[in-house]
Order: sequence, then structure tokens, then C-alpha cells
Amino acid sequence: MKATSHNVNGVEIIKLDGKITIGSGDQQLREVIGNAVTQGNIKILLDMGGVTTIDSSGIGELVGSYTTVANRGGKLKLLHLPAKLNELLHVTQLITVFEVYENEPDALASF
Amino acid sequence: MERDGERIEITISSRFENIELVQVIAEHLCENAGLDEDGSHWIGMAVREAVANAIKHGNRLDVSKKVNATFTLRDYELEIRISDEGDGFDPDKVSDPLNPQNLMKTSGRGIFYMRTFMDAVQYSFNPDGGTSLVMTKNLAKGSGLASSSKL
Repeated sequence: MKATSHNVNGVEIIKLDGKITIGSGDQQLREVIGNAVTQGNIKILLDMGGVTTIDSSGIGELVGSYTTVANRGGKLKLLHLPAKLNELLHVTQLITVFEVYENEPDALASF
Repeated sequence: MERDGERIEITISSRFENIELVQVIAEHLCENAGLDEDGSHWIGMAVREAVANAIKHGNRLDVSKKVNATFTLRDYELEIRISDEGDGFDPDKVSDPLNPQNLMKTSGRGIFYMRTFMDAVQYSFNPDGGTSLVMTKNLAKGSGLASSSKL
């Protein structure tokens, strides 16, 4: 998994590309979010548009990331959710947890 | 069915990077049997979860222990058997990820996804050690989404 980030008006936009699966990307996601929070970024927008594969470990890390940010008083939101990831969040009812946006301006305005 | 009776078997060492090998076989087998891309993907996902569990919870990442996957096509039904060499576990003790108390847990969704995307999931335990998981899917359902009715 590759993660690239930039900041827009205090919102850290982190773009994820590739796989978030067990042993490949799951721990990396934890580190990326942990580093962002350590640097004081508690408004995080995860751009998932480039995620090609995710499994239950990756879903678990998304949940863990959400909790990590929330525990600091922040918000983690999702952008450009691929259809299959959307379905995985629906069947586990996690779609009720995450705020999901289809375009960046709307997502940024929501923080 | 042109490929009726086809049987494919692969044995891997307990490394996460081998999971995709088994997943790809599952997806190709499903596509060759006429299942659409989405249906094949979800079966591949169930296989991915099963193999990951066998490596992590069954063989506990011991690379000297093997995971065996057998795919059998019979009368439009795909049977997938994933076996490990571990000590086994009680699948009934895995908590329900849909229970509000468990919603924010970071683990415990693998078996749920398998049960969502396959028609049947059954564990058996060898008294001499090792766990076998048998999952079945009726490919005649077209899109492959017995799962979709659950979405």
C-alpha cells in the first residue's frame, strides 16, 4: 500500500493506493494514521479511491483508525469509496459508523 | 457443465504472501465455470479469509506448517476445502460482528464474510490435529450472490 498526504485548511487528506490486507498494508495503515495523529492532525480524510483490495484485517484497521482519531477528539472520514469496499462496510453495518463522501469539496466542508 | 468434476489442489506454507495465490485460483476457477466477475470476486474473498485464518489462527504463522486448499466442481456446486495443521478452535466462540457491542472491534469479521459470501461454511476438527473448513457455493445462481440477497 502507498500513502500520500497533503493538508487543506487543516484537514489532512491521505490518499491510499493498493492493497490493505493481512500482512500487506494493514499495519502500514495503522502507522500512517498514528503518525498523522502524533503530528496533531485530528481531522483526517482518507481517500480510498486507489484501494484495489481490502480484507477483514484491512476493515479492522479502518475501524481502529477511526477509534484512534476519535479518541483524540478528531474525525476520520472516507472519500471515494470503491464499490466493493462499500459493500463490505454495508454487510458489517460499519457504513453507519463512517461518514462517506463522493467528492472532496463536500468532504472538506463537512469538517 | 463443461468443467464438471474438475478438481484443483494447492498446498502452501504459512506465509501471508501466499494467500493471494489461493485466492487467484478460486477466482479463475469460478470465472472459467461461468460465474461473473463480482460473484468470482466474493468467492475469492471468502477463500482469502479462510486461508488467512488457517495461517494466523490455525498454524499460528509457523511456516513449517502447511495449508491445503482443494477446489472441486460438481453439478454446478463449488466445494472449497481449506485445511491447516493447527490445534483448532471453536467457531461458535467467535463473537457476532453485527452485535452493537462488537461493531467497533478491530477483528472478528473473517468468518462473517465467509458466511455472507458462501452458501454454507462448516468446520471439522481432526482428532490428531488440524482444522478443515468446507465452504460450498451453488454457481448456478448466476451472479454468484447468494450473498447479494444478504446485502
